[in-house]
Amino acid sequence: MAEALNTDARPAEGNATGGAASRALELELRHVQKRYPGRREAAIPDLSLTVPAGEVCVLVGPSGSGKTTAMRLINRMIPLNGGDILLGGRSVLERDPTELRREIGYVIQQVGLFPHQTVQENIATVPKLLGWHRARIDARVKELLVLISLDGDDVADRYPNQLSGGQRQRVGVARALAADPPLLLMDEPFGAIDPINRAILQEGFLALQAQVRKTVVFVTHDIDEAIKLGDRIAILREGGVLAQYATPAEILDHPADDFVAEFVGADRALKRLGLATLADVELVAMNGHRPVGELPVSTNVRDALSVVLAAGGEPFKVIGADGEVLGLATLEAIGGVLKDSKDIGSNGMPESGPAHPPAHPEDREEA
Amino acid sequence: MNPPFAAGGPPVIIPTFGSPHQYACERANGLFCLGWFKQNWGSVLWPALRQHVVLVLIAVAIGFAISMALALIAHRYRRAEQPVIWFTSFLYTIPSLALFELLVGVPGLGLSSATAEVALVAYTLLILFRNILTGLRSVPAEVHDAAEGMGMSRRQMLLRVDLPLALPAIIAGLRIATVSTIALATIAALVNNEGLGVPILNAISDSTFKTELIAAGGLAVLLAVAADALLVGTQRLLTPWARTRAA
Repeated sequence: MAEALNTDARPAEGNATGGAASRALELELRHVQKRYPGRREAAIPDLSLTVPAGEVCVLVGPSGSGKTTAMRLINRMIPLNGGDILLGGRSVLERDPTELRREIGYVIQQVGLFPHQTVQENIATVPKLLGWHRARIDARVKELLVLISLDGDDVADRYPNQLSGGQRQRVGVARALAADPPLLLMDEPFGAIDPINRAILQEGFLALQAQVRKTVVFVTHDIDEAIKLGDRIAILREGGVLAQYATPAEILDHPADDFVAEFVGADRALKRLGLATLADVELVAMNGHRPVGELPVSTNVRDALSVVLAAGGEPFKVIGADGEVLGLATLEAIGGVLKDSKDIGSNGMPESGPAHPPAHPEDREEA
Repeated sequence: MNPPFAAGGPPVIIPTFGSPHQYACERANGLFCLGWFKQNWGSVLWPALRQHVVLVLIAVAIGFAISMALALIAHRYRRAEQPVIWFTSFLYTIPSLALFELLVGVPGLGLSSATAEVALVAYTLLILFRNILTGLRSVPAEVHDAAEGMGMSRRQMLLRVDLPLALPAIIAGLRIATVSTIALATIAALVNNEGLGVPILNAISDSTFKTELIAAGGLAVLLAVAADALLVGTQRLLTPWARTRAA
């Protein structure tokens, strides 16, 4: 399985800014079981997965798949019935729950900002619980406001009801990051936001994560969000069973079974294209062709396909970062990105491997 | 000139203020005799007002302490709520005159300030308990979830989240309790012979001279308005977030 790639539990070195180095820890769920009293079926019968330090693991699945339950087991908001959860190699069960939670960032859909506290007081919550000095808290709050791009002077002193939904959610993330936790739990954090602002927040999250490199467990029911944000995706089916745990590309290329294939959608080939840019396309040489337009090499392949189709399938010139012509994007070249994808219905187990697998000559005819 | 509602035993001592020239003053000035008011301010009205304030402050403070303790218990253990509601509602429904009369008969109480305070406290409990508990329960579930998820202990959640967020409801309860206690405390003069009720009761027994009644009653109303304004101001100071409007 994929987690074999990174099994060491040492904290990943992040960007050391100021006094506090950003840190992340590996998270391991080992045969985790959860049974709610009065229910015959277990919410989670036996779940094992490992999230390498600094990676985003998205738990995705339909309602009743236990994704939120799994997340809340990690910071012991829900008691575990069996198995173990290790954070940085240490069992969470041997920790005092409140102490453990102060070390784990926690973001929920409704945000749950304290209405009676200003933005800066909200962000300072965990540092205060940990007994930091005033000056250290103030410095950290300033740093976080910059990180979430809310460092306008007056925002810090506003109350939550004076913020927009998107701003509130950003403050929620800053509050979760305040004490530099090695793990961040996010339960459908963007679920209540309109699509335009959700996309902005998702981009913001990716930019933020590129800086802080936390281990993140992110719960969503939206497969597109999972594909966009996850380094790895754990797809859970009803009854709390792990259907597949792999990178987005692997899941789209090789869905483990019909359930996963159906869950990711009939347009999984298009979704797979969305994970690649024109840099991943084997471009065609210019000779003899007459391109009808230009596309930057950073364009994602799904968008490029849309542009090419709109132009009647005519090829486009691909322009590099420095303005040089790299080649032509034709329909065939774009389709080549999918040469490693299997048909829906293939039941082959996913293999571990890079997100953009090298071309296998024997697969070429599928392209 | 016994007060009409004297609670058994010997009548309480009511000073008599009437004198022929004051009656004349009132007839000349309609209902209110300013001369009498000025003449009796220092000796009658001001001391009565001060006694009234002390009576009310003690009653509301003790009532608040008891209600807060009961509300915290009911907040933690839901089952405790109904018995407290039953008991405090029962107290609240007892007619005030009957309660004063009953308490006077309790050994050790008799005609005293303690009797007055016990009755006044009893009447504050229902309002204060309900308001405090409502306030504590008004905290949104997601705020609790976030607080717990960030590692707050129960105690920290109570002190840093629940109580501050309950403040508007708590102060709303204090306003009702204070104003109603100020009114009720005038009747308490029957058992402790203190406060603005003394000149009022005295004036009731006099069918012609109304200045005393109007002056003391008016002071009780002004006291209630002032106390209410003070509590509103306190709430504005303590809950700055409640004044902000959505962006």
